[in-house]
Amino acid sequence: MSNLQTIDKNIEKPVLTKKSFENDQVVRWCPGCGDYVVLATVQKVLPELGIPIENFAFISGIGCSSRFPYYMNTYGFHTIHGRPVAVATGVKIGNPELSVWVITGDGDSLAIGGNHLIHGLRRNIDLNILMFNNQIYGLTKGQYSPTSPQGKVSVSTPDGSVETPFNPAELVLGAGGTFFARVTDADPKMMAAVIKEAAAHKGTSFVEILQNCVIFNDEAHAKVTDKDKRDENTLVLEHGKPMIFGKEKNKGIRLNGLQPEVVIIGENGITEADILVHDAYEKEPILHLILSRMKLPDFPVPLGVIRKVNADSFDEDFNHQVQDKMDASKYKSVEEMFKGSNVFEIA
Amino acid sequence: MQKDIKTIEKVVIRFSGDSGDGMQLTGSQFADTSMVLGNDIVTFPDYPAEIRAPLGTIAGVSSFQVQIGQIDVYTPGDNPDVLVSMNPAGLKANMRFLRKGTTIITDGDAFDRKSLEKAGYTANPLESGELADYNVIVAPITSLTKQSIIHLGLDNKTNERCKNMFALGIVYWLFSRPLESTTKFLESKFKKKPELAEANKIALNTGFSYAESVELLPSAYIIPATVQEKGLYRNITGNRAVAWGFIAAAERAGKSLFCGSYPITPASDIMHELAKHKAFNVHVFQAEDEIAAIASTIGAAFAGNVAVTTTSGPGLALKGEAINLAVMAEMPIVIVDVQRGGPSTGLPTKTEQSDLLQAMFGRNGESPLAVIAAYLPENCFDYAYEAVKVAIEHMTPVILLTDGYIANSSQAWKIPQLKDMPSISAHHVQAQDGKWSAYIRDAETLVRSWEIPGQAGFEHRVGGLEKDPQTGMISYDPENHEQMVHIRADKVAKIAKNIPDLKVDGDSEGDILLVGWGGTYGAIETATRSLRKEGLSVSHAHFTWLNPMPNNTAEVFSKFKEIVVCELNLGQLVQLLRNKYPQFNFKQLNKVKGLPFTVQDLTDYVYQLTNKIPHEQLANY
Repeated sequence: MSNLQTIDKNIEKPVLTKKSFENDQVVRWCPGCGDYVVLATVQKVLPELGIPIENFAFISGIGCSSRFPYYMNTYGFHTIHGRPVAVATGVKIGNPELSVWVITGDGDSLAIGGNHLIHGLRRNIDLNILMFNNQIYGLTKGQYSPTSPQGKVSVSTPDGSVETPFNPAELVLGAGGTFFARVTDADPKMMAAVIKEAAAHKGTSFVEILQNCVIFNDEAHAKVTDKDKRDENTLVLEHGKPMIFGKEKNKGIRLNGLQPEVVIIGENGITEADILVHDAYEKEPILHLILSRMKLPDFPVPLGVIRKVNADSFDEDFNHQVQDKMDASKYKSVEEMFKGSNVFEIA
Repeated sequence: MQKDIKTIEKVVIRFSGDSGDGMQLTGSQFADTSMVLGNDIVTFPDYPAEIRAPLGTIAGVSSFQVQIGQIDVYTPGDNPDVLVSMNPAGLKANMRFLRKGTTIITDGDAFDRKSLEKAGYTANPLESGELADYNVIVAPITSLTKQSIIHLGLDNKTNERCKNMFALGIVYWLFSRPLESTTKFLESKFKKKPELAEANKIALNTGFSYAESVELLPSAYIIPATVQEKGLYRNITGNRAVAWGFIAAAERAGKSLFCGSYPITPASDIMHELAKHKAFNVHVFQAEDEIAAIASTIGAAFAGNVAVTTTSGPGLALKGEAINLAVMAEMPIVIVDVQRGGPSTGLPTKTEQSDLLQAMFGRNGESPLAVIAAYLPENCFDYAYEAVKVAIEHMTPVILLTDGYIANSSQAWKIPQLKDMPSISAHHVQAQDGKWSAYIRDAETLVRSWEIPGQAGFEHRVGGLEKDPQTGMISYDPENHEQMVHIRADKVAKIAKNIPDLKVDGDSEGDILLVGWGGTYGAIETATRSLRKEGLSVSHAHFTWLNPMPNNTAEVFSKFKEIVVCELNLGQLVQLLRNKYPQFNFKQLNKVKGLPFTVQDLTDYVYQLTNKIPHEQLANY
């Protein structure tokens, strides 16, 4: 009976803390799973958003990550495979006051739920999507996923996958997404900052979390998460700042025509002024597309907010239409509308 | 000319012509005018699946049938008494519906060589003698229409397009209808183009005068007004009635209405109608697919809306998994299935009753939910309203079955007063010992609480995994699962306490009980009345509640020697009944042609049955 909640509305609302968002459910992810980091980080960030706890709704699909809502002391809905964006769309339209979060994985959102994801992005409905990308199906015991690299040996591809994987960033941009960020489970500080930005963004925020599956795909992201490699292999983006990376902070990205290239500051007369400056707010997605296509071994993997542009959100426009019609209505009750025209009376 | 006037009880008229001839409008005008005169009406549009089939061909024929009468009008009629055909194709396409002696009114100007060829005639049927058994009235409709309005100086095409009003004028004279209602309609329709209003009005009047003055028509008819309950009435189709039922229910429940839907024939009109009524806090979301349509609906229910989704058979199949999420999470949603011919894409524009078993069982696991079927265009309103009430008060998904036939048919609907409709109130289970969970239940009804995001102190999690019935925590415990399976089944079974008894039309005991459900009501009821007039001991019982079934069902069945279950499928209700009431011997009458029962289908069957023809030859499948 430990999940039951004591209700006493007379108590004044406490200041929210990380603890407010925790409950006493036993978390059932594998020891060492990257999901623990995300859970703790989200619980740490939410109290800082100034939103009452009862206005959070966490909607998930199916997969390891989708157990997430059970561990949050908020409203939560663990739905069915691939459909959390569609369910969350109804939640957000149904109550626009809510802060609606979608918890999903690479299989849930990019395979079985791909259609809902692209249409959610196209509409730019105000959802915060946290996509846990471990490049594998964990809960079903280790099949390759839409983000597994070509050649991935798994239980369903014993001879290696021959498929070309999805690049989530390209997919989000292609669908007209207004917010894309990438973080790793190895850097909770960056994750916290990015999740805060995602929450503040009006429209669909999509955060790809490179997350480690210790059982079925251990170290899939090691090159970007290991402490001794990540400085060289990742590019941490900040809006308005030059794209500099490397242990010595001496490498940068320069544009050569439309092609990016890695250059070393101080060599061949290259100065910081030659380095590309990140503009997350640019509506034209070309720069964001170039960034999203950069990958190892030729380029560092960009992390942080790649794209964040202002656009009308679906739910606001949708609800404005309804409100305008309600305000302009000549009927007080639906009964008056029924009687409005083409009626006759039997006296 | 001296008018010879005869009084008749009812008449069936079929307006038929090319898709562009305005036959739907002409037919609806005749129906509306008749309704205003106090006649009972039932209409049925019959038009091609193609948006613009080739001009003048059989494939492009658009028809509108209406039965008007003083008494007992429950169907648009089996066969027309009058066929108005604007061209040869309209005549040819409808010959199979005509009995000897039917009056055919047609446009003589339309029977040129080219039009005859397009319709597939090798000889002009007006001259060949093949219509000798019919009462054929050939009027030069196109040329007289043009002559009457040529002074307005409109272009030739516009002049020709007024010919449907000329034809309507003839029919108005024949059935003694006044022109006021259509005149008003034309003035309002062409408010911004007064010259078109004028042209159409002249055509209408000229047609009326033509009929009055020529001696082609032997007599005119009067159909006395039906004695109806006092009140305000209007004409309504089944699809519109469903939409309005939802709006009324949401208003009564004090909640906003959410409809997540994906376009599908013949259900889309419900979505279209709802989309017009944002002013009543109606939110219509056209989703990317059938699955997103229901998923968003479940999300909206979670967020506290009156939440509905509309579809037809193939869409119901796609929604199955999500419906089960609503079963498991006990979410109040309504799924409308406007049934059409299946399987697969099947017959999108034709009617059938073949989704009953899908609605009952088409999901994984033990998956009980409420199933209701509306049976007339006008009571689609009541059952849409009831579906919302049951969903919210019993915290269960409800499937509302209609079909392509009642969805597109229309009839007179007495506008209800909302205050007379039953109240709709969400269930709130109080905290026990100061503790609350979303899964604690009302001891009597087994209904759980509906507390919604935004309410402080009720934060909880729901989902598709099995839960503990008290705490709502995930539970894989074997005993718990069995207990929950029973709780969900009992919760739906307990709805039976609140549903009306199965009614019997005719005597409550006798030789034959015709049993039906859904849109076959009109044909079965008309057949029953006609057979009883012939002295046969026949009664009619019609199911609206299919799950759970009314508590008095077995008692009703026990009073009859023969029980015949009549359905537009291969026998789906009869399967349920045989399983639930094995003590009875059920006969079955089935038809799967994409068409409704005719009254004659049913009377023929009963005549054969009473002549003691062996059962095997009777089951018509």
